Amino acid sequence: MQLYLPIAEVSVNAFLLLGLGGLVGILSGMFGVGGGFLITPLLFIVGIPPAVAVATSANQIVASSFSALLAHLKRRTVDIPMGAVLLAGGLVGSALGVMVFNLLKAQGQVDLLVKLCYVVFLGIVGGLMLLESLRALRRSRRGTPPVRRKHNWVHNLPLKMKFRVSGLYISVIPPFGVGLLVGVLAAIMGVGGGFIMVPAMIYLLGMPTKVVIGTSLLQIIFVTAFTTLLHAMTNYTVDIVLALMLIIGGVVGAQVGARLGTRLRAEQLRILLALLVLAVCGQLALDLLIRPSELFSVDARIG
Amino acid sequence: MIRALVLLLTLAGAARAEQIVLGLSNDEVAITANFDGSDILIFGAVKRDGAVADAAPLQVIITVSGPRAPAMVRHKARRFGIWVNTNAVEIDEAPSFYAVATSAPISDVLSHTEDLRQSISTPRAIRSVGAQVDNTADYTEALIRIRAGDGLYQVLEGAIDFEQETLFRTQVTLPANLIEGSYQTRIFLTRGGQVVDRYETAISVRKVGIERWLFNLAHEKPLPYGLLSLLIAVIAGWAASAAFAGLRR
Repeated sequence: MQLYLPIAEVSVNAFLLLGLGGLVGILSGMFGVGGGFLITPLLFIVGIPPAVAVATSANQIVASSFSALLAHLKRRTVDIPMGAVLLAGGLVGSALGVMVFNLLKAQGQVDLLVKLCYVVFLGIVGGLMLLESLRALRRSRRGTPPVRRKHNWVHNLPLKMKFRVSGLYISVIPPFGVGLLVGVLAAIMGVGGGFIMVPAMIYLLGMPTKVVIGTSLLQIIFVTAFTTLLHAMTNYTVDIVLALMLIIGGVVGAQVGARLGTRLRAEQLRILLALLVLAVCGQLALDLLIRPSELFSVDARIG
Repeated sequence: MIRALVLLLTLAGAARAEQIVLGLSNDEVAITANFDGSDILIFGAVKRDGAVADAAPLQVIITVSGPRAPAMVRHKARRFGIWVNTNAVEIDEAPSFYAVATSAPISDVLSHTEDLRQSISTPRAIRSVGAQVDNTADYTEALIRIRAGDGLYQVLEGAIDFEQETLFRTQVTLPANLIEGSYQTRIFLTRGGQVVDRYETAISVRKVGIERWLFNLAHEKPLPYGLLSLLIAVIAGWAASAAFAGLRR
């Protein structure tokens, strides 16, 4: 069944979109990631214009993150003051990101920027995650408990604040900075940024793992919602029909994924996720390195 | 002066000796939610006032052109080991869709000068002046190649059934990735490459129903539209969470 998307102005098979949403939903259910880093490049491949893909992914992430946040709120694993600081940074970052996006769109470099961001960040995060989980797997085989660094440079900055749920007394500058970076990425890449924020919160801020996911979700929802609104108002590129298809698929997929996830061990899950991230990264890197079969491209959306 | 005027009138009279009478299977295409392209049948007849002495066979050309808009064509080149958009040429006016159907190979049907005068063939239908790089032709060619690959530019040589030099018909397939607007349809009668009559009409392509409503909302009231998108996302997220909880119990 073909579906004509009113904003993207292309006709796409509805089941393909449901399937894409479902696939990403399975992954987000299994790994606890928003899946934006997968859905955006997949939408490019299906033929959705990049600007629409980025804006609409942000909208889809709001839905999946909101659903997950409700579960975390029930378990009281959300550090709301920390979320607020991250969010303050995130909103500034998001506005900056949309500005950069529009500037580069006018110069025809937005595809390159988006792809480069993906290659760099997916490469770093995937690589680190793979190394870390391999080490954790080896450690758990040997049976030695993991050690956590207690103090680093982050704890010597001014403007300290108490975060009770996380049990931290640290400066607001690093969380604000992390939020800012994630906000910029959300706007440019159409991702929630969980895959960057979660490691940053654990390793950089030293937050306990159990509150990290809930708190990052709180931040992601507001930042992606803000990004969606900014894209809707400046670029008119949020496709509500496309978003709805992805959301429906994603909701069903997330349930399946959550079941599958319980059958695997945490380290194995992380290795799988790391490999997946690296695979997407490698695919995008090849696109940039190999001579494209068509050197020209047409951009009809001007004026 | 008077003689020239008389000559002109006679010529005009001669040119109108054969006239086009046209029909369209539909002069309106509605883009609905499940739109996946549309076939348009264009048919008609040639009305004659008496016999025509000219020996060259009568031919028909039909063009369908989507709304014209500027387009940016970008060229990639290798910089620092990766492929980057480097040069760009702005094409002043290119139709979003363009189909040319003829009753015989295009070289037999249309002379080069008539093509220039009437802008019939695809390269002539694209207007690009004042370009900034020297190999502008490459960019225009690329535009035609890319849009032809998407089914947006079609050359249908010999696709018109032309019977007894009187009745003609052809079918133009509008693809699914259609932009809305007025699709200008032109029919030319030619003899020996010279246009003897032309006829113009328009096919209106419009989004209807929910597609129309959403598109207007997104462009005219972006804030409510954005909020609506978010509302849908939040409701879907909440429903999923509720369903999860229900399934676990």
